[in-house]
This record gives sequence, structure tokens and C-alpha cells, in this order.
Amino acid sequence: MAAAPSRAIIDGNEAAASVAYRTNELCSIYPITPSSTMAELADEWSAHGRTNVWGTVPTVVEMQSEGGAAGATHGALQGGALSTTFTASQGLLLMIPNMYKIAGELTSAVIHVAARSLATQGLSIFGDHQDVMAVRQTGFAMLASASVQEAHDLALVAQLATLESRVPFVHFFDGFRTSHELNTLEMLSDEDLRQLVSTDLVRAHRARALSPENPFIRGTAQNPDTYFQSRETANTFYQEVPGITQSAMDRLAARTGRQYHLVDYHGSPDAERVIVIMGSGAETAAATAQRLNADGANVGVLQIRLYRPFPTAEIIGALPASARRIAVLDRTKEPGALAEPLFLDITSALGEAVARGERATMPLVIGGRYGLSSKEFTPAMVAAVYDELAAEAPRPRFTVGITDDVTHLSLPVGEDLDIMPEGTVGAVFYGLGSDGTVGANKNTIKILGSSEGTYAQGYFVYDSKKSGSRTVSHLRFGPAPIRAPYLVSQASFVGCHHMSILERVVILEFAKPGGTLLINAPFPPEAVWDNLPSSLQRGIIERGLELYAIDATAVAREAGLAGRTNTVLQTCFFAISGVLPKEVAIEKVKASIRKTYGKRGAEVVAKNEAAVDASVSNLHRIEVPSGVTAQHDLLAPVPAHAPEFVRDVTAQMLIGRGDHLPVSALPVDGTYPSGTTAYEKRNVSEIIAVWDKDACIQCGNCSMVCPHAVLRAKRFRTKHLDGAPESYESAPLNAAGIPGEHYTLQVYAEDCTGCGLCVEACPVKPVEQPNRRAINLAPVRDREPARENIAFFESIPVNTRSKVDFGNVRGIQYLEPLFEFSGACSGCGETPYVKLLTQLFGDRAMVANATGCSSIYGGNLPTTPWTKNAAGRGPAWSNSLFEDNAEFGLGMRLAADLQAGLASKRLRGLRHQVGAELVDAILTAPQERENEILAQQDRVERLRERLESLDGTAVQDLVSVVDHLVRRSVWIVGGDGWAYDIGSGGLDHVLASGRDVNVLVMDTEVYSNTGGQSSKSTPLGAVAKFAAAGKTTTKKDLAMQAAAYGHVYVARVAMGADPQQTLKAFREAEAYDGPSLIIAYSHCIAHGIDMRKGLDQQYKAVASGHWPLMRYNPILRAAGRNPFLLDSPRPRITLNDYHKNELRFRMLASADPVEADRLLQLGQQQVARRWAEYEQMATREAHDFAADARKEG
Amino acid sequence: MPDLTTRYLGLTLRNPVVASAGPLSQTVDGVRRLADGGVGAVVLYSLFEEQLRHEAARDIYLEEVHEESFAESLTYFPTVPANDSGLSDRYLRLLEQAVRAVDVPVIGSINGSTLGSWAQFGRQMQDAGAAALELNVFLVPGDVTVDGEIIERRHLEILGLVKEAVSIPVAVKLSPYFSSFGSMAMRLDAAGADGLVLFNRWIQPRIDIEAITVDTGLELSAPAEARLPQTWIAALHGRVRASLAGTTGVETADDVIRYLLAGADVVMTTSALVRQGEDYAGLLVAGLDNWLERKGFGSVDAVRGLLAVPADVDTSGYGRAGYVSALERAKSTYGAIDA
Repeated sequence: MAAAPSRAIIDGNEAAASVAYRTNELCSIYPITPSSTMAELADEWSAHGRTNVWGTVPTVVEMQSEGGAAGATHGALQGGALSTTFTASQGLLLMIPNMYKIAGELTSAVIHVAARSLATQGLSIFGDHQDVMAVRQTGFAMLASASVQEAHDLALVAQLATLESRVPFVHFFDGFRTSHELNTLEMLSDEDLRQLVSTDLVRAHRARALSPENPFIRGTAQNPDTYFQSRETANTFYQEVPGITQSAMDRLAARTGRQYHLVDYHGSPDAERVIVIMGSGAETAAATAQRLNADGANVGVLQIRLYRPFPTAEIIGALPASARRIAVLDRTKEPGALAEPLFLDITSALGEAVARGERATMPLVIGGRYGLSSKEFTPAMVAAVYDELAAEAPRPRFTVGITDDVTHLSLPVGEDLDIMPEGTVGAVFYGLGSDGTVGANKNTIKILGSSEGTYAQGYFVYDSKKSGSRTVSHLRFGPAPIRAPYLVSQASFVGCHHMSILERVVILEFAKPGGTLLINAPFPPEAVWDNLPSSLQRGIIERGLELYAIDATAVAREAGLAGRTNTVLQTCFFAISGVLPKEVAIEKVKASIRKTYGKRGAEVVAKNEAAVDASVSNLHRIEVPSGVTAQHDLLAPVPAHAPEFVRDVTAQMLIGRGDHLPVSALPVDGTYPSGTTAYEKRNVSEIIAVWDKDACIQCGNCSMVCPHAVLRAKRFRTKHLDGAPESYESAPLNAAGIPGEHYTLQVYAEDCTGCGLCVEACPVKPVEQPNRRAINLAPVRDREPARENIAFFESIPVNTRSKVDFGNVRGIQYLEPLFEFSGACSGCGETPYVKLLTQLFGDRAMVANATGCSSIYGGNLPTTPWTKNAAGRGPAWSNSLFEDNAEFGLGMRLAADLQAGLASKRLRGLRHQVGAELVDAILTAPQERENEILAQQDRVERLRERLESLDGTAVQDLVSVVDHLVRRSVWIVGGDGWAYDIGSGGLDHVLASGRDVNVLVMDTEVYSNTGGQSSKSTPLGAVAKFAAAGKTTTKKDLAMQAAAYGHVYVARVAMGADPQQTLKAFREAEAYDGPSLIIAYSHCIAHGIDMRKGLDQQYKAVASGHWPLMRYNPILRAAGRNPFLLDSPRPRITLNDYHKNELRFRMLASADPVEADRLLQLGQQQVARRWAEYEQMATREAHDFAADARKEG
Repeated sequence: MPDLTTRYLGLTLRNPVVASAGPLSQTVDGVRRLADGGVGAVVLYSLFEEQLRHEAARDIYLEEVHEESFAESLTYFPTVPANDSGLSDRYLRLLEQAVRAVDVPVIGSINGSTLGSWAQFGRQMQDAGAAALELNVFLVPGDVTVDGEIIERRHLEILGLVKEAVSIPVAVKLSPYFSSFGSMAMRLDAAGADGLVLFNRWIQPRIDIEAITVDTGLELSAPAEARLPQTWIAALHGRVRASLAGTTGVETADDVIRYLLAGADVVMTTSALVRQGEDYAGLLVAGLDNWLERKGFGSVDAVRGLLAVPADVDTSGYGRAGYVSALERAKSTYGAIDA
């Protein structure tokens, strides 16, 4: 008899990983959203010594890509180990070749997939079935879970079935919707697993492994004579899978009481209209059908759990004979197909059944797409599908959940349908990422869900920015299990934790009439109402909401918890929502505080407890007047002068109304305008940079390091100051020999994130103010003068590039950045390099960007930071994939060379018509220096004008490629996850190609975008995800690998240590006619540092010898000089002096000091050894290094 | 051969030179080198209570501050076992290993100013093998609102908490800045302190006039600084049950001897050992040994307190050569301090 089940509140990833880890011996892992959590948990459990059900600690190995993970899994399976892996999306696609092999060899294994969209016209990290549908042909069985509980249970069913059937399984569940939903579930104990997993089958699996004791050959090459028949040998195994899987489900049911079937029919037994669906949408459909039937409808839902091998008999058996009309819903899209795959499978099965007489009539079957990229799938949409089935002539193909005004496939969806059972409470909270709202809500769920008889669910929506991001938490609580995998639409409680949110977005979208609204407002109670936007006031009145307000920011500050309003607002929720008796709730909050903050010490606990008490006494009920009093409404998301697309489309996305945009509003091929961040004034920080014009020495340091391009410098004739606003600031230019000019350092106040890197970079201490700099952080004052000043600043001409000194930091501050106001983390260590690239070369740059942080802050909609100058020139940017970025960029180079070749050829052919002098000048012009480029741009402009008066095919040809006569600067940009790991092979090949590409590796020494997983760049001794016990291998020396070719320009830079060297390296790399590689130290939040000290850490990285600055310039070797230049002085602080400021190193020191010391010492030795090598190289002769064979032949 | 053995906190030490809490005892090797160098006991480096709390709080903050903001990266660090109590764990492990590594007593030290978790941590140090504890009640100057009485009470409370929790001897390391230091010392003695260590040194920041900044300005102590503790040791010798330790300003064997003459049971130093190396303790002991021999003393005990203020004399009327007369002379020269 099983022990009483233990309840837990976890998400789908943990639910699946918990079973996978405990029933396997090896996990080969690689990070990819939204599945990374499964791999991270496995790694942590292994690091903590947690055993599987057979008492061994599973081995967890991080691979360089999902392809690598699949290969390692395949090999381990051949070695007899029970092996699993976790993945999603592109990762699953990379596993396909091995999946065919694993299945072809009938090998027991389960791949757990948090199903996610594929990158097509755009990348999406969110959930649908495109990835799993792309592997349905591999021979893997496929099992779909619809909920967190199912992700747990079916993970086991898949494991049992694969061991018994020998057919490998993909076990999948919806990315984010299930993988990230918190829900109450009953956990399978180790004993449950031991009882259910047959050790005989485990041994049989082992017995099939390769062994020299019993040698055989597997993986032969086969020929036309036998390949075909061999392929058919597996048929019987597949025929048995459905029965074996059902038997596993039955055994699970016998032990736990939770009964699943391969297909489950829900609803009326004699339904006429039936929906067929798979995944979490099935729960919504089933619950909606139940409600509709209760209201007199006669409908049903067929939920598919086993999708491959396709359980035809079970499906035909489960579909009521009465079903006359069936809608098959696919959460995927196959352009050009007759229909999506589940539809095709169902219609074929029905057609055959009817043709063979197994079913009397052929129902009308229609097919619809829903839920792509986590698009909401709600009860109202389910009802819309049933309505369509009831129509006289239902559309054969349709979509639901969007408005398709182009092909008119979308179904009209009626009013919101609230089907939550009585007693279930919904709550929605708006917060900012940094304020702890989500954390507090997760905590609330655990408080409520831990009570016997209460069930809880939480789902969290994040926006696309990494700094100042908005979060929306959707919580449900109730007396019955909550099966509602869609957002809360009828919230009886809405909390808005920042005024800045309600000033911009509609926060009552999910508010239930008669409910409660809690606002964190920095006003006395009597002033709250008048400060609300008019539409919000109207909404409150119309919905009859009770309004409460608290100045949580002040309460938190007074309690000594500045900036963390989560405790205060969580208390308010409990105090007024009534989900628990107030006193009980408060005590539970305090108990939870003691648990959560206990490790921080009594003082922190006391502060939080004080905040709880102060919350109740500072919470005010606000009297709601009968009419609207506000004179203002929501702030406009973009200014009136923004381009039409930005006003009509981008703005809707910005205010959270992107779901309502129709198909016609969106570009057909994923092409979006540049430079739209300029219209999005986010005002994310309450403190911003303020320039002290009198103290400033105009050095340009602050402007160079500003990650958000909010510090802009111009110098200009004094006459330009005519008409300046009163508060406009400028100072006489302090450069020698240029009298009569003024200088302004303009702070783009509304875009500043208050990161403070500028303050750290400023070398000035004003006289009598030793604690200040020439740029300082100060609270935001009136924003209006800043807007006027910026407008005036922008009216002053941009400094002419030919008059800018490109050779030093002081000079390049006058170059316009063509990368601005990105949503990167405040104080990001990468973006200053990206911005520098655009300042120097942006107007002729093509950028291939590897997937990762830089592709997200660079290309995640709604807005784009890559922009253009007044002449309309700017970087052309694209992202292909994670793994192929070097190749993608090389392709750009090859195309540019081809087009330039064509242009030159046509130009030569038109020499006489165009004019020999101009043609010769264009064809022979040097294009290395900036003034040479400018001269060539001028010539090409003149050529373009002359071509206008000419005609003919050659002229038209030339016009189509004439831009290429100005040398294009091709940049391949990405992080270390790409360069050191998944893209390593491609990068190596592209560098070896000898082509003129520039590679910028922004090295954060960790996979930053997916949450800090270890890469081969992660240094020895650092703790990272997938290296929870500390990294025990040395960081790869990518620079020296590349330098070994002889023809690759290489630089290792750190802006915080030596900005001048960084600038020099960028310019040399770009000018070099061949492959260049710049490896740029990028401090990162994943290092666990105070981000204001990011530049200081860069300095320490260099000073300790961890990051020696160097350049390898093949041109020097060709000139008979030593190409290896060591740019930083000998290490002058210890490695520990650098490490001790970073949590990633301290974590190991506290968890395992002996190991930390060992690794630190090895690291210190490595520093010394490498330094000695570098020093020795720096003193060699040219002929000691490899020659550039391209030139010396 | 004079007898160098000494009793301190009820422990028998081979000689009265003790390595005070400092950077040399941060590793097991360091402790071993100190013992090999010849010290009679080692006080392990001091674990700052604030440091413990602040480090833990800062790390948790850095770990959490960026969490739950972005869908792809809801966290940035793995959960690592025991990373919430790292510093104290590290200290206890060092203590445990140091006790095993050397044959002289190892005294644990904890440094703090609030009630915090002294008792629990003291107990853990006892379990880890500490021969005794040294409580370094350290109040950072600058808080202009705290009443003197509260500070005095805080010392007694901390001592009481720790004494209750442990059975090993407990010494209190003090600052001299009390309105009446002597009374404070007597009260601590009455409250059960097994030893008094005179004095700790405030870290007094230094102003850098070039950079116009303030830095920690940590400097090693100088012999002149020894006079204040020596004065108070002379005054307390014979009046308290607790052992007396002199620390600060020990550079040569002469300084050690001065402390012993004033009445110290042991003499502690870090500065000299940092400056001269751990082996220097051997030279200090040898210097003491030579002096005892030269002066014809048979033991350290024979010297101890020779220049202390006799316990049976009313100090205000005590007129012969010695500290008090020196003080009296100073009074007549510079004006009476109690005028």
C-alpha cells in the first residue's frame, strides 16, 4: 500500500524533472528556455548528492549543444546507462539526427520537452507544439501532458513504457503554460517509483548494451538489398506501444488513484460536436465543455495523450458515434500543408474507420490552429469553436485567438466566459521585476496552497525587457484542484504595485465587477483618487470596485527595506482579500518571513515583521466618488510625432494590447523598422545621471561606458545656443586651439536607468566636493525641461565624422551611437561594446547576432535599439540561430563581396558613360580610414546621381548593387555560450576561412540570457548553473586558439580596464582585411556583483591577470615585427582580490571552502603560467609566429 | 633555566607570548607556523559578527535582486548547499583543523557589537575544540546617540549569554573608552569573565589628502601604544579574579617584560609577528628567558605584577615609585585631570 501522497506546489518543469532524475543514471543537458529548469534541477540535485531510486547519484553532464546532448545520450544508452535529456524548440531540432538513431536501434530513453515555438519570421521562447511536431516522424513515441500533475505522472509512464517497449519516448508539455505554472500536485514517492519501475527491464536495457565481453556491431551501413526490410522489423514493437503505455497508466492508477488513458473523452456521451486536442488546452476545453453541457449544450472533448504511435483504435473507440462535427485543434502551423498534423491524423483515422465499416458515418471534420507562442486559449475560445461547429457551414480551416483580417480564418470570440467553480478566487498583480512582486506571489501561493483542502495556482507573465520590466502575476486559490491553464480574467483582487504601471497600461482588464483594487500610491489617502487616470477612475466606478491604497514605498523605507515593497503589499493582499482570516493570514506571512529571511539574520526578519505590522496600519480604504474627477488619462505610449507604424503597431504592443493587433497590422516576413526604442520613453529609474558642466573635463569616459547610450556629447559653435531653453546646459569647449565652441553632455533623462557606471568612470572630483564627480546620480525632477533640452540638443548638428578624432576616447564621444536605449539590464557590461561598434562603423555595418542576451536586448519586440543616422544609414541587423551565427555572418560577407564584385565589374563596363575619372577613383580608392570611407561615400553619391541620367541593363544592375562600392563592415556578434560552445565549430571555421569578418564575443563567462549556466568560458572555481559545485576546468583560451592560425587579428579587451586599448582594437580589427576576433570582458548580473562596480571588476580582472589585455596583429608580422602585443601590465593584485567581489566565486568559498581554496590556488598558478607564456611571446621575433599564408603564399 | 610556564584563563601555557587575533591565523598553515614559531597559545582571527550578517545579507541580495524579472532567466545562480552560513562554517572548520594541527591551546574569537547569535556561535566554537573564547565587544565610534550605560550593559549581557552557553573559559577583549574603565573591568570580572584582554584597537579611518578620500587606514600597533594597557593592567592586577592579557604595542622582548611587570598573565601580539614573521615569537620568548636569567628570576610568575599597584593600598595615597607616582608627577606637570 502506498504511503499517503505528499502535496507540493511546484511547476511543470520540476514535476517532470523530479521523476526523470530519480529514474535515470545520466542526464546530458544543455540550457534552452523554457526547459532549462529541468536541467538545472538535475544538476543541483546531483551536486547535492541526491540519489535516484536505486541509490546512485545520477551523472549530469553539460554538453556544448543539444546536438551534443543527444549524441551523449545515444552513446550512454549504447553503454547501458538509463539516460535522459531535457530540451525545447531549436534544441529538439538539433537532436533529430540522433533521435532517428536512438529509435532505429530500439533504445529505451525519454526526452522531456517543454514544448516551444520555432524560430521562423521571429524567434519565440513561448509555448506551442511546433518543436514536437517536427520530430513526430523520428520513431520516438510521443506522450503529451496537459498539467503540472500530468507532467509528473506521465514522465513516469513514459519511463515505464520505454523500458518495456524499447521504443524511446518524447514526453512533452506546454512550454511556460505548464512548465512554468505553479500548481498543487501529489508527488510520487521514491517508493512509488521503485514499485513501478521494473528492475528486470532496467537490467534488460543494460544487457542490450555494447560490451567487449559479448561483442557485436550496431550501426552498420546497409544497402538496397536489406535496408527496407530492416526498417520494417520494428513494426511489432510500435504496435505494442499503446498497450504497454496504457498498462503503465493503469499500474500508476492502481498505486496512486490517478487514472489516465491514451485518449480521454470528456463531456456528453452522445455529443454531436466534439473538439480533439492535445496538451494543456485539453484542460480548458474539457472544463468549458462541462460548463456548456451544464447549460444545456451537448458537446465533448477528446484529449490525446499518446500521439505516436498514433492510437487509432482508442481514438475511434472513444469518439462517440453521435459526433457529427469535429474540430481538431493543432497548436502548430505548417505553412502549405493540407492541414496541421493532428487534423490529418484524425481525419485519416476516421476516414479509414468509416471505409472499413468500423464507424457508421464520417463526421464533418474541421481543423484549427490555436495558442501559437503561448497565445491565450480561453473558455470563450473553446465556446467559439463549438459555435463554429454549430454553424451551417463551418470553416474547414480556421484559427482561434487572433484576428485574421487578411485570410479571414479567425473565429469570432464572444465575451469572456467565467467557468471557474464557486469558491475559486482569482487575483492579478502588476509589479516591476525588481520589486519582488513575483517572489511574494509565489510565496503567497505556498502559504495558501499548503493548507489542507486549499489548492493554488500561479502563472507569471514577464515583458520583453531585462531592466525595468513589468510583471503580471495571475493567482488562483480554491477548495478544488485548479485546472485552468489560462490567465485569470475575472480577478476579484487586483494589485498594482507601481504608479508608473497604472499611468501607462489598463490595469482593470482582468478585474471582476465588485472586486477589490489595491494601489501602491505615493500620496496621502485623500490625494489618491485625483491622481488616478480618468479611464481608471471610470473603470473603478463602472465595475463597482473597492479601492484601497498604501504608500508601500514609504512603509518599506521606514521599515528599513528600501526598494522592496513585496512584504508590505503581500500583507495588504491578505488583510483585505479575505482569502484567509486576517489574523491567521498575518501570522502565516510572518511565519513565512521567518522561514524565508531567517538565514539573513534576526535583523532582517525583524524589519520585515515590522513592515507587516506597519502595512496594516498604513492601509487605507479610499472613498470612490460617483464621478470621474481626473483631468488626465493614461500617458501616451509613444509621442505624436512617431512614425505611423510605431503609433499604430508598436504602441499597442507597448501598452500590452499586442494580442489585439490583427494579422494585417504585422509585417509579412519579420522585417521591422530600426530605431524604435527612441519613441519608448520608459522612465524606469527614479535616479538618473546629472551632468556638472562646471566640473566636467569633457573626457568622454562616461559617454563611452554608458550601456544605454543616454549620455550624448556635441561640440558646436556658440551661435547654436541661440534660442536655447533656459535650463539648457553647455560649457565652453576645453579643447586647445578651438575657441568659440561650446560643449554639451546631454543626459537623455527618460531613458537613463540610473546604473551609475558613468559616475564610476568619471575621473573628476569637483573642487570642494570630494564625494562627487562631474556626473552624478540624483532623483528625477520635473521631466518636462529635460524633454525640451533634449529637443534643443537634437536640433544642434551632429559633429561631422571627418572632424572627429577617432583615435581616442575624448574624440569618439562625438560619434553618434546607432544603438540606443536597449532594454538590457541596468549597467549591462555588453552594450557599451555594441554601442562603440555602431559609433565607429554603424553607418556601413551588417550585423549577424547570435541568439542570446544581445539578440534579446537587440531584437526583442516591441522596440528595436539598432537605429540609423539622419542620412538614413545605420546597422542592418539580423539573428539567424544560436549555433550558426559565425556562418550566418560569413554568408553576409560573401554576399557583400559578390555584390561588390558585380558593382565593380559593371562600373568598369560603364567607365566611359559615367566618366573615367570618377570610376577610376571609386575602383582604386583605399577604404580603411574614416576619411577614406567618407570620400568614397561621396563618390558613390556622385555616381548615383550620374547613373540617374543613364539607362540600360548594366546601369540598372549597377544601381541595384551600387551601395557595395563603399566597403561593408560585417560584424558577427554574440556571447560566450555561442562562441565557446554551441557555435565553436562554426566560429573556428569562419576564422579559418580568411574572409574579412569581424567577430565580437561579449564574454560574460556564462550563459547569461538563459539564467547563468556554465560555458567553456566560465573560469575555474566559479559557481554557475550546471557547475553548482564549482567549475573544475580551466577557461578556454579562445584568443590563442584563433591567433594560432596566423591570419586572424585577435584582441582581448576590457573597457573598464583600458578603454583606449578597446578603441584601438576595434579600429584595428575592422581595418584588417581578414578575420578579426575581439573578446570583450563583459561584467554581468550573473556574476553576482554590485553592477555599479562593473567597471571596477573589469579593472580587477585585468589587474589580477585573469584577463590579460592583448592584441595579435598579423599585419605586424607581415612587416617583420612581433604581432603579439601584451597590453596590460604584470598582475599586481591576487586572483582572490578579483574573485572576492563576485558572488559566483564566494558561493563556492562558503559551500566548500577546501575546494574553493584548491581551485583558487590552481587558478592563481594558471594566471602565472599564462602570464609567463604571454610575456615570452611578447618578446619573440616575427618569424616565431605563423605566417598569414593568404598573403605570403 | 627560568620557568616560562604561565596560567591564562585556567589553561597552562608553555610561555606567556600569545598570538593575538589577526591575519596570521586565517589558515591552518598559519596557525601551525605560529605554534612552530614558539607562541604559548593562538587566538584565532576574529570573526566579525557584522561581517557574518552583512556578507550573508549582501550575497542573498545579489542572488535575488535580478530574479523573477525576465522570462528566460528567473534566477541566475544554482542553490548551493550551505551557502547561507558560509563564513561561520569556514571558521568552525578552520578552528577544528587548527586544534588538531597544533599542541598549544587555540582560542576562538568573535567580534561584534549587538546581541546577535553570540551564544549559539560560542557553543559551536566550543564543540569545534576551542580551548577558550575571546569576546571582542567592538563598538564602532560615530554613533553619537548611544548612552554609555547601554554600552556597559551590552558588554555584560553578551558575556552573560556566552557564559551560559559554554563551559570553556571566556575572556573579554575591551576598548579603553569607558568613563570609568576600572569599574567596567571589575563588573565584568564579577559577572564571570575568565579573562580581560586590554585593549582592542578601533579601526580609525585615515584621511588621504591627495585623493581626498577616507580609507581604512589599518596600521600595525607601535610600542608607545602599550602604555595605556600596561597602566590599567597594573591597576587591575590583584583586584580581579580574571586573567589579564596585555595586547597592543609589543615589538620586542622588552615590551613583553614590561607587560609582565605590570601584571599581565599573557602578552599578545600580532603586529610584531606580521612585521617580523611567525618565528619572531621564539625570539621574544628567548629575550624574556635571557632577561629572567640575567636578572636572576626563576620564573615568569616571580616577575608578574612587580610593578603593579598593590592590591591592599589605596591608590590615591600610594606615593612610591611606580605608575601612580608617575601619574602624580604628570598631574603636577600638566594639571590635575580630576580638577
